[in-house]
Formats: sequence, C-alpha cells, structure tokens
Amino acid sequence: MTTVARDPVAAADPAPAPPTRPAAGPSRHRYRAAAGFAFGAALLFAVAPLVLSDFRLSLLAKYLCVAMVAVGIGLAWGRGGMLTLGQGVFFGLGGYAMAMHLKLADAGPGNMPDFMLLYGQLDELPLWWRPFASPWFALPATVLLPMAVAFVLGSLVFRRRVRGAYFAILSQALAAAMVILLIGQQGTTGGTNGLTDIQGFFGYDLDDPVNQRMVYFIIAGTLLALLALARHLTQCRYGELLVAVRDSEERVRFLGYDPATVKLVAYVVAAGMAGLAGALFVPAVGIISPALIGIVPSIEFVIGVAVGGRATLLGPVLGAVAVVWARTALSERFPGTWTYLQGLLFVVVVAFLPGGLASLIGLARRRDDGEPRPGLLRRLRLRRREGAA
Amino acid sequence: MTLIRGRRILAGAMTLVAAAALAACGSKTTDGNTAAGVAADVSGDTVKVGLLNSLSGTMAISEVTVRDSIMLAIEEINAAGGVLDKKIEPVGEDGASDWPTFAEKAEKLIREDRVAAVFGCWTSASRKAVKPVFEKNKALLFYPVQYEGLEQSPYIFYTGATTNQQIVPGLDYLKAQGATSLYLVGSDYVFPRTANKIIKAYAEANGMKVLGEDYAPLGSTEFGTITNKVKSSGADAVFNTLNGDSNVAFFKEYKSAGLTAASMPVVSVSIAEEEVKSIGTQYLEGQLTAWNYYQTTPGAANEKFVAAYKAKYGADKPTSDPMEAAYVSVYLWKAMVEKAGTFDVEKVREASDGITFEAPEGLVTVDGATQHIAKTARVGKVGADGLITEVWNSGQPITPDPYLKSYPWAGGLS
Repeated sequence: MTTVARDPVAAADPAPAPPTRPAAGPSRHRYRAAAGFAFGAALLFAVAPLVLSDFRLSLLAKYLCVAMVAVGIGLAWGRGGMLTLGQGVFFGLGGYAMAMHLKLADAGPGNMPDFMLLYGQLDELPLWWRPFASPWFALPATVLLPMAVAFVLGSLVFRRRVRGAYFAILSQALAAAMVILLIGQQGTTGGTNGLTDIQGFFGYDLDDPVNQRMVYFIIAGTLLALLALARHLTQCRYGELLVAVRDSEERVRFLGYDPATVKLVAYVVAAGMAGLAGALFVPAVGIISPALIGIVPSIEFVIGVAVGGRATLLGPVLGAVAVVWARTALSERFPGTWTYLQGLLFVVVVAFLPGGLASLIGLARRRDDGEPRPGLLRRLRLRRREGAA
Repeated sequence: MTLIRGRRILAGAMTLVAAAALAACGSKTTDGNTAAGVAADVSGDTVKVGLLNSLSGTMAISEVTVRDSIMLAIEEINAAGGVLDKKIEPVGEDGASDWPTFAEKAEKLIREDRVAAVFGCWTSASRKAVKPVFEKNKALLFYPVQYEGLEQSPYIFYTGATTNQQIVPGLDYLKAQGATSLYLVGSDYVFPRTANKIIKAYAEANGMKVLGEDYAPLGSTEFGTITNKVKSSGADAVFNTLNGDSNVAFFKEYKSAGLTAASMPVVSVSIAEEEVKSIGTQYLEGQLTAWNYYQTTPGAANEKFVAAYKAKYGADKPTSDPMEAAYVSVYLWKAMVEKAGTFDVEKVREASDGITFEAPEGLVTVDGATQHIAKTARVGKVGADGLITEVWNSGQPITPDPYLKSYPWAGGLS
C-alpha cells in the first residue's frame, strides 16, 4: 500500500499513535494500559460469566476467537499496511489441526474418525493424519503450521515486493484454493461438512456446561495474552520500524533495513494468532468447516477490524466483537432482513467514522481537552476532513 | 520496562486462566453422556417451535419455500385448535446458508427459546452441523429434505427420502427402461459424492457400466467440458446430482451440445417444481426426476394442500417435494405429541413408531426404529407447462433403510 501515508484510516488514528508518540507522560500511558488490562480481565473473567447464560457465554467465546484473528490483522494491516484478506487460511489450518486431534481422540487409539468410515474408501488412517493423534504434535502445530505457511508465502511475496492489491488478491486466491482442496478430499477432510460432532477436549466432555465455561476462560485468557503481545510488539523498536515500512517502504530500505523481513515478522505473527484462534474456536463451537475459512469469512475478519479501527490496539478487538455480535443480535431480531441492516451499519461506520469505532474515544477525548464543542455531525465532518487531509 | 510489565500482565493472565480452569473441571468424556437436556417451555397457553432455514445466502431460494409451507401447516393446526390445546408459536431463525450459524441458531432455539421441536435445515452439511447440538440438548429436529442416508440420530426425524426411497428406485426405473450405462454428474459436496458411491455399487451389481463421474464446485456455471465428456461417452442415461444454479448452466449447455431427453435422458434428484421454473422449461422438457411427491400427485389431500398454499402465497407458486415433506413433518410431530400426551421429547420419540398421516404424497408411516418415514417413490417427467407428471411409482410406500442393509450390493458402503 504505497499511499498509506495519506490513508484516512491510518491518519485518523485516534489514540496518540504509540510509536510516534511524544515522550510526554509515558508513566500515565503505562498506568492506563495496566488499568485497561485489569478492566478487560475483570470484564471477561468476572462480569461476563456472572451476567451471561451458558449459551450467551459460549457465543462470547466464539466472538473472542474472531477477536484474536483481529488482533493479528490489526498488527499486519493497521501497523504494517499489509491488507491480509486471507486470514481464513491460517484460521483454518489451526482449526483443522485441533479438530483432527480431537476427532482422533474421540475415536480412541487405533480407530478412524466417524466421517472417514462413512465417506472414505480407506482401510486405515491416511499418513498425514497420524501425527495429529499426539497432542504434543497437534497443539504446537495449530500455531506453527500457519506460521510456517505464512513464512514461506511471505518470504516469496515480500522479497519480490508484491504489495497492495496484488498481495490482497494473492491472499484471497490462497483462501479459495484451500477451500477447494478441502471440499475435494471429502474422504479425508470431511468435505463441505468439515469436521463436526467433536465430543471431548483433552479428556473433558464438551457437552458439560462446566467444561464449556473452562474453554471460555482459556479463550479469554489467550486473547488478553495476545493483546499484551501485540502491545509489546507495537511499542518496541520493531513496532516503529513496522509503521515506518507501512508509510514509506523505500525510505526504510534506503536507511539500511530490510523491509521484507520487517513485514514478514508481522505477517507470521498475525498468522500464528489466527491459527491459535482457529484452534480454540473448535472446542468452543464444536465444528470447523470450509465455510469458515474461505473468501467471505476472510473478508469478514477484515471488516471487523476496519469497523473497530485498524491502527489501534483495542479497535480491532472491539470491532470484531461488535460485528459478530451485531450479526447474531440483528439476525435474531429480524431473521428476514438482518443482512440489509448489517450492510447499512458498515456503510454508516465507514462513511462517518473512517477511523472506526475506536475513533469515538478520540472524539470524546478532544472534548475533554476543553476545545470548543462543535455539534456531533460537524465534529464527524471535521474528523473526516482531517482524515482526508 | 514495557517488556517486564508485559510479562507481568501475561503471568497474571495465565494465573487467572489456570485458576479458572482448575476450579472449573467438569465431567470427563469417560463419564458417559452426562448432559441433562433442556426441557421445552410449555407453561403458557402456547408452545414454541423453531423454524431453522436459510433466509439469506445461496440456499435461501430453496429454503424460504420450506419455511412457507411449515408456516402454512402451523396456521392450519392453530386454526383447528392447536396441539394438546396449545397454540403453536413459531420462532424463526436464519441459518444464513452457513453451517456453523445453523449450529448457533439451533442452540439458541433450544436453550433460550426452549422450543418443543425444530423444523428445518436443507443441506447435509447444515444437518451434520446441528446434529451434535440436538443430541447434546436432547431436543428434536424434523429434517424435511431427501438426503444421502447413512445416518440415524435419535434426535432427528427424517421426513424426506433416504437413498432407498429415491435414488435406488430411480435406478430401478432406468434399468427397467433398458439403460446399461450411466454418466454421473454432481456438485462437489457430500450428498452427490455419497449418492454416486451408492450408484456405482448398484451399477456394479446390476450389470450397468458407469462411464464417467464428474463434479463441479457448488455454484459453478462452467459445464462445457463436462457436457462434451458426457456426449462422447455415449451413455444411455445421465444421473444428475447437481444442486442449485449449476443446473441452469448444465442444462443449457446440454441442449446446445445437441443432447435431448430422447437421445440421452437425465435423471435429476435435486430438481423439483421450483427449480424447473428457474431453469426454464425449454431446457428441461422431457427430462426425468426422482422424488416422492409432485404438485400433480393425485388425491384429495394434495388438492387441499396445493389450493391452501396457492391461496396463501400466490397462484404462481408451485409446491414441491421438500415443501411437502416439511408440511407433513409438522403434522407428524402433532400426531406424535398427541399420542404421547405430552411434549416431553423422550415420550414423543417413544410414541413415534407407527404414526401415520394422510399426506399430500399419499399415506406416510413413521418407522420408529430409524425415525425415517415410509414413503412411495415416484419418477416423473417434466412437461411443457413446467409441472412434473408421474411416469412410474413404487406402488406402495417403501420402508426406509438409511444404511441400505437389505441390499446385498451395498454391503461395503457403510
């Protein structure tokens, strides 16, 4: 994305952008970050389980998995300027790795998963399934496999200086290819059905609401940890370099850095986050299927980040949760017309809040600074003009 | 500094997770099924039922018609006094042609709305996605679409045809007509692939040759190559398991390749009256379909159903097999509940065996052991008016056999 410097979304970064932040008041920021994490933890670990029913809590677990993908996209796209329109691939790799292990664990040692007996013409487990029987292979694989794929792809693409729309199209093509591959190999991948009917999670019965709650806690904790990681990455020297590459790759190269490596790190980390999200999605929802990882879901991941505000730390998380939550809420209230309402929502956010939901915080903060208070519409227009400038 | 603090936060988070996980150890998989199930809420004057169909996405065009006929059945039953003196209150949810969404909405209907039964789902993938949800919560699903068999969930009633009530009779018909070779064309998903496995086993046992087998991705409109392969194979007939839009492109290409119903008939198992309308009669006239019901099926029950449907939704709306099966499923549930005298799921299941209903397609009987329905197979021919007229039927309802246990040639399939 060569025009990123003028990109309204990036320029409208509401919270003072961490890497270019003036030195004033770092302690205040640190205090605020710690308080933010404590608040988030309290919300996720204490308030949500008390307020929400088992069903709603399991939905929240699903939303938080989407939010994990969003954290990665926020890093790669918001900070690094790489429009990652194919995160479904990494989500799927993580999800399938986890689901394959859980299916094998359900079937018991030496047995084949139920769908393979139904649809496959195989007499024994295919070779590439076998390592997944061991949790010591499957668990690391959920993160390392997507990272490895991202590494190979990223090395090829970034070294050749493929950027912008070409990179996005390539990502989409990869997502489409993976879906076709999975559907075609019905006997060993479950085809369109995907891997369903997952009963246990490392020995714990997933039908039990208590265990579902445990899965939720694991997911919430992982999300917080990923946020801490993303915050660290954006605040250290590497984070500054990443933003610099986003804004002017040539200059960074001229200064003696290798932009390809800088981008590769963010891309690989984002892939790992998506893989982990996919892996945790499986016990939370009990299914992984090609429908979750193709072109459309890959775009939906990015929409959530755009709605939330891609260049901030919390924006992607809030945006992702808001979008999937709105999807559930709207489709429950208006089963016939919710798609229109959802579209309208996207249009409104993109038109009036180009910086995403997170820029609302910026609007509020400016008011606190004692500036004259223009009306809401005028304020929004102001922001837009600033963004366009 | 930031690094140290980051680690501290991380450590804190990890401790929380560990503490929560330890405190929250539930039952193990080895404990057997411990789920309690969710009882339906029948305390009021009404009883809620769930309608789970895709109202958006690629499947909407088909599934909306199913919802319409379920609504028709509910209205009729309510007008006649309801079930066990309670009016039925439908709760609609959109599956959005997305399998995990189906699972989410099924769970919502069962746990939040506490419905007594759910009617819906179309694709096999959506059924496979919701199956564990219904089994976990011990709730009932009525599934109204013909499918690939090889399944028998204790919490699903299958009111559409299984393979021995649709595909096998269709093959019997072709064999009786003297066909000795087949070409298989299907969409690339579970139903066509499984159906073709069965067709190949049947062909082998009955001295028929399968000259080719091709799959197109769902929604594909590129059929030039496949049609050429079909044409050059010189097969006696084509067995078509394509779904949705692909049929439009396939039949156009088929006609422009110079193939006709007379030279090489196509038997379709996913084209009903609604689809004939959208594909265009000129491409389909004379081609064959295999179902259990057509709008033209004779009988007073069907005349009443067709008239009621057209009165409610418009004179130009055709009725089709899945719509009829969905309509029937509501009446079958009502009969089961009334026989059981309660909405309790286990009692309803126990009461299901032998329930009969004078359906638009003729008499149907619930087979309690498989929770499928005994139904009559019908092969039909598409007419110039877009309606399908029956050319053959099985004479009597066929007992459902989802695992094809009574067919020796199907021994290696499941």
